[in-house]
Amino acid sequence: MSKSKVIQVEGLTKMFGDFAAVNSITFEVEKGEIFGFLGANGAGKTTAIKMLIGISHPTSGKATVAGFDVYTQTEYIKKNIGYMSQKFALYDDLTVKENIIFFGGIYGLPRKIIKEKSGTLIQELGLENVANQLVGYLPLGWKQKLSFSVSLIHDPKIVFLDEPTGGVDPITRRQFWEMIYKAANQGTTVFVTTHYMDEAEYCDRVSIMVNGKIEALDTPKKLKEQFQAERMNDVFLKLARG
Amino acid sequence: MGISIHNISKSYKDVKALQDISFEVKPNELFGIIGPDGAGKTTLFRILTTLLFPDQGTATVAGFDVIKDYKKIRNSVGYMPGKFSLYHDLTVEENLNFFATIFGTTIEENYDLIKDIYVQIEPFNDRRAGKLSGGMKQKLALSCALIHKPKVLFLDEPTTGVDPVSRKEFWEMLKRLQQKNITILVSTPYMDEAALCDRVALIQDGKILQIDTPKAIVKHYHKSIYNVRSANMYQLITSLKAYEHHHSVYPFGEFVHYTDKRSDFNPADLIAYLKSKNLSDIYIERTEATIEDTFMELAI
Repeated sequence: MSKSKVIQVEGLTKMFGDFAAVNSITFEVEKGEIFGFLGANGAGKTTAIKMLIGISHPTSGKATVAGFDVYTQTEYIKKNIGYMSQKFALYDDLTVKENIIFFGGIYGLPRKIIKEKSGTLIQELGLENVANQLVGYLPLGWKQKLSFSVSLIHDPKIVFLDEPTGGVDPITRRQFWEMIYKAANQGTTVFVTTHYMDEAEYCDRVSIMVNGKIEALDTPKKLKEQFQAERMNDVFLKLARG
Repeated sequence: MGISIHNISKSYKDVKALQDISFEVKPNELFGIIGPDGAGKTTLFRILTTLLFPDQGTATVAGFDVIKDYKKIRNSVGYMPGKFSLYHDLTVEENLNFFATIFGTTIEENYDLIKDIYVQIEPFNDRRAGKLSGGMKQKLALSCALIHKPKVLFLDEPTTGVDPVSRKEFWEMLKRLQQKNITILVSTPYMDEAALCDRVALIQDGKILQIDTPKAIVKHYHKSIYNVRSANMYQLITSLKAYEHHHSVYPFGEFVHYTDKRSDFNPADLIAYLKSKNLSDIYIERTEATIEDTFMELAI
């Protein structure tokens, strides 16, 4: 086990008054791993992710992300991670190219690099014909794929994807996952939430949160054995209903 | 009293949102419109609920014409739009009262119909709707859409972004409503929910790909599908796609669904090819098509 741990979390907790939104969660994620972070609506996933990406201060516990502390080094965390969610991804009123330049600039990439990157990125996604169109006019699936590529523009060690494929058509959803596999294969760690249980099966390991706690964490195969379920959907229903 | 749609088309400038759509929904049927974002689902719902004129074609809902009889339709249908349709700054009870009053009825009068659903949110009667969780908002919105005892219920993506547990509960509620003589037209981007409908229409880019029972749709799939797995998923996908005889390659849970162009395909050939690409722990086995396989085959 010489692989490096890029996320280390121990007893991480977030209280809102008396309510423990995240209740002492502990886990580790390895470099290049695709880690599925599952849970019902309101289980505490978003609160946990906010702490990991350095925008919410934990109440107690320890965590490092990309080697940086979630209490004291949040600015370093932000520089070393990518983030994409279904709700906020790109600016609809900027063109494809402008979005890429904007995000490249935010992450402080030199102009020359941004130019190179935007060229390859547009080409890889087959967006040459719409490069100067407003992102708002793109089909959702294209937007999501572009958004994922943009979240990787600064070569982050970890990328956080919060329900990246909601509402996307089945073919594009699969193209999206192929991009995820590719990124992971190149050593980027992928931390992903989803409500599609077939996508949970694409992950190397999966954790399931119930009422602020991680109630299960293993490979999809072992979780299915453990809960005597044929599919991850059944594992989820057994756990989250209890 | 069902729904009858004849040659409906609708465009927004250059975008053809709906292209010559026709189908019938039988009385008391639970009918699913299955398709991704941008397929035209919401446009169709808005036409059927008289909020939008079609460019061409005619339709009736509960026996009423969507243009001539729009007022009658509005009184006899319930509509739960995809985006949250409640008043955030009214409480649970105020929202329900508001919708009841608009339709000239009371909560008490039709309580029977919503009882099952409403008891689950009744403990939060005084909470503002904006402060409810996603699952509870969804239950309140459904209660509000039912409070005037509609003949036809339109649910536009009621389960999008909702976790699997709440989704399952929601579908159980729909099954119970169906027993109460309500025709239900429901749209969803989740292919696995298609199996829960009596009949479904698969829709993409404003066109209907197929209409049938979920079982029949799967039966129509004409190719042999194989589950393929190996140690490295990414390499497996790229190798399969590079295989000259491949017809389709799609990740499917723990497997890749593979179909071959040849009618006399022998899995042993594929195994040999994958081994030559340095893949290990190769597993291959015939499997049944799912609605999603059919959808992707039709959508290409």
